Amino acid sequence: MAKEQDKILNDVASGEYKYGFYTDIETEKIPRGLSEDIIKLISSKKGEPDWLLEFRLKAFRHWQTMKMPRWANLKIPEINYQDIVYYAAPKQRKTAESIDDIDPELKKTFDKLGIPLEEQKHLTGVAVDAVMDSVSVKTTFKETLAEAGVIFCSFSEAVREYPELVKRYMGSVVPYTDNFFAALNSAVFSDGSFCYIPKGVRCPMELSTYFRINASNTGQFERTLLVADEESYVSYLEGCTAPMRDENQLHAAVVEIIAENNAEVKYSTVQNWYPGDKEGKGGIFNFVTKRGLCRGENSKISWTQVETGSAITWKYPSCILRGDNSVGEFYSVAVTNHYQQADTGTKMIHIGKNTRSTIVSKGISAGFGQNSYRGLVKVLKKAANARNFSQCDSLLLGDKCGAHTFPYIEVDNPTAIVEHEATTSKIGEDQIFYCNQRGISREDAVGLIVNGYAREVLNKLPMEFAVEAQKLLQISLEGSVG
Amino acid sequence: MNARSEITEKYLQLYQANIGRIEKSSPAFINSFRSEAIQKFEQLGIPTRKNEAYRYTDLEIFFKHEFKNIFVPGKSDYLKAERFRCDITDLDAHGVVLVNGFYPSITEKMRQLPGGAWIGSLKEAFVRFKDIVENHYGKYAKSESDGLIHLNTAMASDGVFVYVPEGSNLDKPVQVVNIVDSEDDIFNQHRNLIVIGENAVFTVIICDHTLSPNKFLTNAVTEIYVGPHARFNIIRVQNEHNNACKITHTFIHQEKGSYASSNNITLHGGLVRNSTYHFLGGRGAETKSLGLFLTDKWQHIDNFVNVDHASPDCTSNQLFKGVLDDMATGAFNGRIYVAPDAQNTNAYQRNNNILLTEDAKMDTKPQLEIYADNVKCSHGATVGQLDEDALFYLQSRGIDQREAKLMLMFGFAHEVIQNIEVEPLRERIDSLVMQRLRGELSRCASCMVKCG
Repeated sequence: MAKEQDKILNDVASGEYKYGFYTDIETEKIPRGLSEDIIKLISSKKGEPDWLLEFRLKAFRHWQTMKMPRWANLKIPEINYQDIVYYAAPKQRKTAESIDDIDPELKKTFDKLGIPLEEQKHLTGVAVDAVMDSVSVKTTFKETLAEAGVIFCSFSEAVREYPELVKRYMGSVVPYTDNFFAALNSAVFSDGSFCYIPKGVRCPMELSTYFRINASNTGQFERTLLVADEESYVSYLEGCTAPMRDENQLHAAVVEIIAENNAEVKYSTVQNWYPGDKEGKGGIFNFVTKRGLCRGENSKISWTQVETGSAITWKYPSCILRGDNSVGEFYSVAVTNHYQQADTGTKMIHIGKNTRSTIVSKGISAGFGQNSYRGLVKVLKKAANARNFSQCDSLLLGDKCGAHTFPYIEVDNPTAIVEHEATTSKIGEDQIFYCNQRGISREDAVGLIVNGYAREVLNKLPMEFAVEAQKLLQISLEGSVG
Repeated sequence: MNARSEITEKYLQLYQANIGRIEKSSPAFINSFRSEAIQKFEQLGIPTRKNEAYRYTDLEIFFKHEFKNIFVPGKSDYLKAERFRCDITDLDAHGVVLVNGFYPSITEKMRQLPGGAWIGSLKEAFVRFKDIVENHYGKYAKSESDGLIHLNTAMASDGVFVYVPEGSNLDKPVQVVNIVDSEDDIFNQHRNLIVIGENAVFTVIICDHTLSPNKFLTNAVTEIYVGPHARFNIIRVQNEHNNACKITHTFIHQEKGSYASSNNITLHGGLVRNSTYHFLGGRGAETKSLGLFLTDKWQHIDNFVNVDHASPDCTSNQLFKGVLDDMATGAFNGRIYVAPDAQNTNAYQRNNNILLTEDAKMDTKPQLEIYADNVKCSHGATVGQLDEDALFYLQSRGIDQREAKLMLMFGFAHEVIQNIEVEPLRERIDSLVMQRLRGELSRCASCMVKCG
């Protein structure tokens, strides 16, 4: 116990971004730039069927007609989309049937990140799909899952093995016309995870995808598709890291979730992309479109996110509550330190009767960080007895940072009850003094208070993640207290 | 290109066609703002729903309409206003009546009220208080996104001017009754300026009324300067018919230690848009922004509030409430901005709405933008219906459902009204709201002073 504590303290004291290493591994890259030829090249590299190439090209043509969105409360430097490598893959032997087939360098990378690819040593029972740069490296626990009937594999594999499922669901929640980054992703996405839980199955373990950007000058564009059929349940985790670099790298992902009658999906993210250095140089641009569709009655989708990384975060995990009695939840902790910027929040679209949604958003700003909550609660005419409660709190550490709230509430039904509350404050001197008095240093006191503040959200995370997230919070805020 | 630029084009042409006449009747100083303003307007255009600040309000239908434009008042307008003056009785206030936005300045050019305040038309003020007008005019009404403000600057020729010298304290409030009365459909724009000197105390009540059933469009800009340690109240009672569109932009600039409160009571109106901009420009200033609206039929009411905490140690409080009946729609747009060095800021914002029918709709957008850390800011918004339990409680005590509903709505509305600092007016508005809720005040036939 004491040792564990020492370790945490050590982690806190060292403070820097600890996933910033780079693995020297042979990668296969395609030339920079974006054009129909590049898209055809990506598609042929992955041996995709024609319908998928057609989808990509349609998305690309649409993307060309779109402009980079500027409405977010973010300062985004001009991005040269022709200067990005859209596909990079670690070179490896043809297929990784067993653990021994994986490049040892690659294995080391994931070991270093604390992501065990070796099933036998791993007892916590989390099935992992590891994605490095553009391709999925390895999916663990496939057999165990297959027994339960759960399909969990990389996106490319799904395209090969289960084309009818992919065809049916891909783009049904986030169409390629949805927004600038979704269109870009639809055109160039390289890999991602696919998951299908059949009727009546309760997924026997947590599913997890681990994203790692390794190669330089590349963008990462993955796509996750999660389908929970009737009466099923799944808890899904997502984690991400990247090496420290002076350049900005683009990450534009799309996540689609479909929940049928009585299904429940829990989607947790611990986002820890490289946030840039103290002067705000480098870091990942995290422009993600995440949306869940509660298609069936009594379905439930719950988003939990801990956002500590990325130079710029632009992300609004949303729920479309179409089925009657469906439930949407959004729990978020977003930390911005140094020169990080975050514009994040959610959309809850109430369509069905008796739909309910809960939003709890906790923003923490330090240094020169700018943190915005942007949310929409929309109750359509037919959504009788819809209920929403939103709470978004902001905590300011330091006098150069900012915290902003932009809630939109649109109510078109008189039986709906919609509430929104927000507060902004800083850590009180009296709170810190109280801790100091009891022998807790200033730094630790801040950590303690911040963790207490974020508890409501952290509690929603699966256990292993909650511990990691708690540590992350502390590290992210390292050095922010004067 | 698209419909928007067509409308904008129409108003640009209107400017070109009339600017000569407008400039002739206005002082050179005011004219000097026009060309820049029209350029800005050209860029921004008539706001559409694509404009974030007008996301929930569609002005197109009113701006498309062909209006007769009164840019320079004629003699008959003044005479009409003169006649109206004598109707003001009851409320113990200094009364002023404006017809179609113009101050009747035939007989008395500039009037001095007991207590030392001066009131008159902006044009006359320029003769007598040239320095004051030059110091304040056009300074506070700024916007990077709202083309209508620039359209007003470019084309408005007159309006009310009030000057309250240093230290003066008026015994009674000033009541400005704003009457729109014309046989034609008219579009009018007026521009008001209120300057309150150091330590002065001033209350103004503005009542907006329509007298004839024609289609009206009003685009008014009011600039208010509140000097150090001065106290200022503005209460706006809007009671116009369903064919009228009223757009007001009020800019309140506060100096250190000053207090200002703004209260928008909208009882009736076709399309109402009230934008209130509070600028806290000195330490320790305090501001209150309140609003109440009761809508039914096809009415639409949009309250836009921007509180800019530019200095430390300031306090602001916003409270907006609305009851929406029939097919009415409402919008609330509140923003608190706390500048990087505005420490020790307290800013609160609340918006509560009640939807009474299936077809009523409410959109609300309470925003916080905070760049300082030692602040206490909060906001809350709710959209719901009357509390079933409270209704049941009242019914169980022998009050019938209709009456119980009225009581609850009245109580809901009263929270805003109780903040009105002029007691007789508070009572008057209470009774007006009650009448309005009972449906007895279906269309305003005359100004509120007469119906008491």
